[in-house]
Amino acid sequence: MMAGEGSAAKPRGGRLCTICNGRRAALKRPKTLEQICRECFYEVFEDEIHRVIVDNHLFKRGERVAIGASGGKDSTVLAYVLSELNNRHDYGLDLFLLSVDEGITGYRDDSLETVKRNEIQYGLPLKVVSYKELYGWTMDEIVKLIGLKNNCTFCGVFRRQALDRGATLLKVDKLVTGHNADDIAETVLLNILRGDIARLSRCTSITTGEDGPIPRCKPFKYTYEKEIVIYPYLNMLFTYAYFKKLDYFSTECIYSPNAYRGFAREFIKDLERIRPRAILDIIQSGEDFRISTFTKMPEQGNCERCGYISSQKWCKACVLLEGLNRGLPKMGIGRTRVLDNERDKDTRQTNGTKSIESKQCGTLDF
Amino acid sequence: MACSSGTCQSGCYKEEYSVNDENKTQKLVKANCEGSNGVSARGGVANGHGLCIKCKVNETIAATHPDVTGRGGGDSLRFCTDCFRSNLFGKFKFAVTSNGMITPSDNVLVAFSGGTSSRVALQFVHEMQFRAQKNFDASRDRSLPVFGVGVAYIDESTVLSNDSDRAIDEMNLIVSSLAPPAKHFHVVPTENIYSVDSTARRDRLSELLNAVSDTTGKEDLLVQLRMLALQKIALENGYTKLVLGTCTSRIACHVLEATVKGQGFSLAADIQYVDARWETPVVLPLRDCLTEELKMLCSLDSLKSVEAFQQPRSGINGLISSFVNILREENPSRESTIVRTAGKLTPFCFNRIPEVGNDNSHLASQRRQKKYNLKPNESLPPKSFCLVCNSPLKKPDDTNLDEFYNGKTSAQIYMVACSSCQYQILPKEPSSLEFFYSRLPQSMTALAKDNLNNQKLLRNQIQDCLLSDSDDGT
Repeated sequence: MMAGEGSAAKPRGGRLCTICNGRRAALKRPKTLEQICRECFYEVFEDEIHRVIVDNHLFKRGERVAIGASGGKDSTVLAYVLSELNNRHDYGLDLFLLSVDEGITGYRDDSLETVKRNEIQYGLPLKVVSYKELYGWTMDEIVKLIGLKNNCTFCGVFRRQALDRGATLLKVDKLVTGHNADDIAETVLLNILRGDIARLSRCTSITTGEDGPIPRCKPFKYTYEKEIVIYPYLNMLFTYAYFKKLDYFSTECIYSPNAYRGFAREFIKDLERIRPRAILDIIQSGEDFRISTFTKMPEQGNCERCGYISSQKWCKACVLLEGLNRGLPKMGIGRTRVLDNERDKDTRQTNGTKSIESKQCGTLDF
Repeated sequence: MACSSGTCQSGCYKEEYSVNDENKTQKLVKANCEGSNGVSARGGVANGHGLCIKCKVNETIAATHPDVTGRGGGDSLRFCTDCFRSNLFGKFKFAVTSNGMITPSDNVLVAFSGGTSSRVALQFVHEMQFRAQKNFDASRDRSLPVFGVGVAYIDESTVLSNDSDRAIDEMNLIVSSLAPPAKHFHVVPTENIYSVDSTARRDRLSELLNAVSDTTGKEDLLVQLRMLALQKIALENGYTKLVLGTCTSRIACHVLEATVKGQGFSLAADIQYVDARWETPVVLPLRDCLTEELKMLCSLDSLKSVEAFQQPRSGINGLISSFVNILREENPSRESTIVRTAGKLTPFCFNRIPEVGNDNSHLASQRRQKKYNLKPNESLPPKSFCLVCNSPLKKPDDTNLDEFYNGKTSAQIYMVACSSCQYQILPKEPSSLEFFYSRLPQSMTALAKDNLNNQKLLRNQIQDCLLSDSDDGT
């Protein structure tokens, strides 16, 4: 055995892949620090996602599934991998791309171009729903009216609903988003820091909103962000002759440049540096927390104005919209109603100058 | 912030500490009336007049002790020295009484590291005992005995290879100054957990720790050994409770540490007021006090602490404590929020003081106890505990039982450890794992054996059709 290792280390100083033991190792896998070759990386990367899909029964044969596509790396890789796996393992899914156009010049129009190219590259039908057509306002117009403070509140509330509306228009059964393991670990930590036990109990579930009109799921729940970044990078250089490169857009939203870097994200990156498995451990903890099941959930009803699910008389989007249309943009922001508080908490956090959150506003991964 | 937990009873203890002279008070009252004050009593808003928001009479700490300002998470701007002190003691006292931590018949061992938190714990326990003694001396029937107090220091000089003699002398002075009633001071080296002769002990301990390669894992193992050493002192000297100075800030760190290490299931066990997993129940009366508050009390009352051996934390733990420091600077109440969130997780059945039968001898003491939080906990006791960290295991892996009975010792050891300890403490290689196991103190392995036997029993009950495949001949 010793001799074998010695000879393996010889050729040009390169080590052999610890999985196939045949090819030269090309990278240290971020999740496990194993030294593996490119081919094995693709295989384990895609196989893990396949296992997650199968083990958690994410899809049923014949379902129509929309992929929330922002043009960013997560959703682009997700769209590619999902269509690959759908063909390879014959899931029998009808896949669609669903994008939201917030109407942010110089940001969303560019990233939408990326999604349109993806549509052609992967042959997936694309549906774009815009704030302008749904609400009559673009984000540019909203920012012009209310300034750079609180604009993420509007964007976040509108986007959530826009995705659901787009999914309804596409008549899909499920919506998948590109949330990755790092995102989920970060959410677990943030919910602990904020004291939000209700969200803490559900933020690690792979499928959410099963009681709502369109369930959402996260096939990348256990996929490391670093590996999502590496995946297209390697693709660009090698293999898949028919496939040139994954084309994705990476610029932060022009209206929330501060939201991008947060303590929590940096903290997770630091943890990952010392102990890569920490990200998975945090998710594991999130799943294992002993939380008594009868935490009170807001009663679900429908908005009297637009019919969207809402715990209030009007849904949040309608309240905000009413404010915009009546020229009272402060309406619905802040602690006006008791039950609104919870939702507001999120958005207020994002707008703080010293944000502890990091996820870039304006991606579809929320 | 400080009173948000609803434990603020400072008024009740005020007389204890009140050292005002009448003149000063009157003068201040006058001053207060002249300056029409519309000061909001909320948050850490600086009081324009520098008056305590509680008694509205004395000047705040920031005004009287400019040297300690900036500590105590804004308390120095809100409270005067007396109100601050009584508020802090109130939190301690409430934790003690509402959880039945200390009863008159108890013999309490305070773990003293020399740091500020355990220094305050020692001080408060002493004050409680001192008052109990006064009441005892004054009462006619003397029906309530005074609880006993001992102090323990675990000397880790073998592990950390430093010289602790001077620190121990200082601590000795501190403990002896807290009398009457006199307190026994136990100084015990970590290696005392082994019941072999003293040189062999040291070797065993260093061999055990050297077998752990992960920095964080080594640190966590050491914490566990410290607890074993304390438990041993308690057991050998007839102590009935073990008091730790664990404060909110430390618990907040622990919450994040456990989360990051994948110990979400067992986390709730570690952060309650009472942890009766151990032979001598462990109690945390400073659970609601922030480290900044404790530090401030120490500097206000010149409580001497011995910081010489406070090791900076390393690895994952080090990363987390610096993260929590950043969070604290951003928002001083963040630590309390973290602990409150984790406090909502369901605790285990051993997280309360066990009922000690119907012992009528201390009826008087029972009558006086205010047990607010002792609601019966319906959760079933966990089936088994981790060999190394003693955390409740999520489920004994029944599927692997066959492997367990037929498997090697190394496989068996893995089965009685939580996944976190498997990763960061247990050696991966079977022979080094067995060596590691052989170096564990008996008190640990004995527990593991109990665990295994329980699992065996369970298995025998379910599957009596199986041939007895035990090969140990016991």
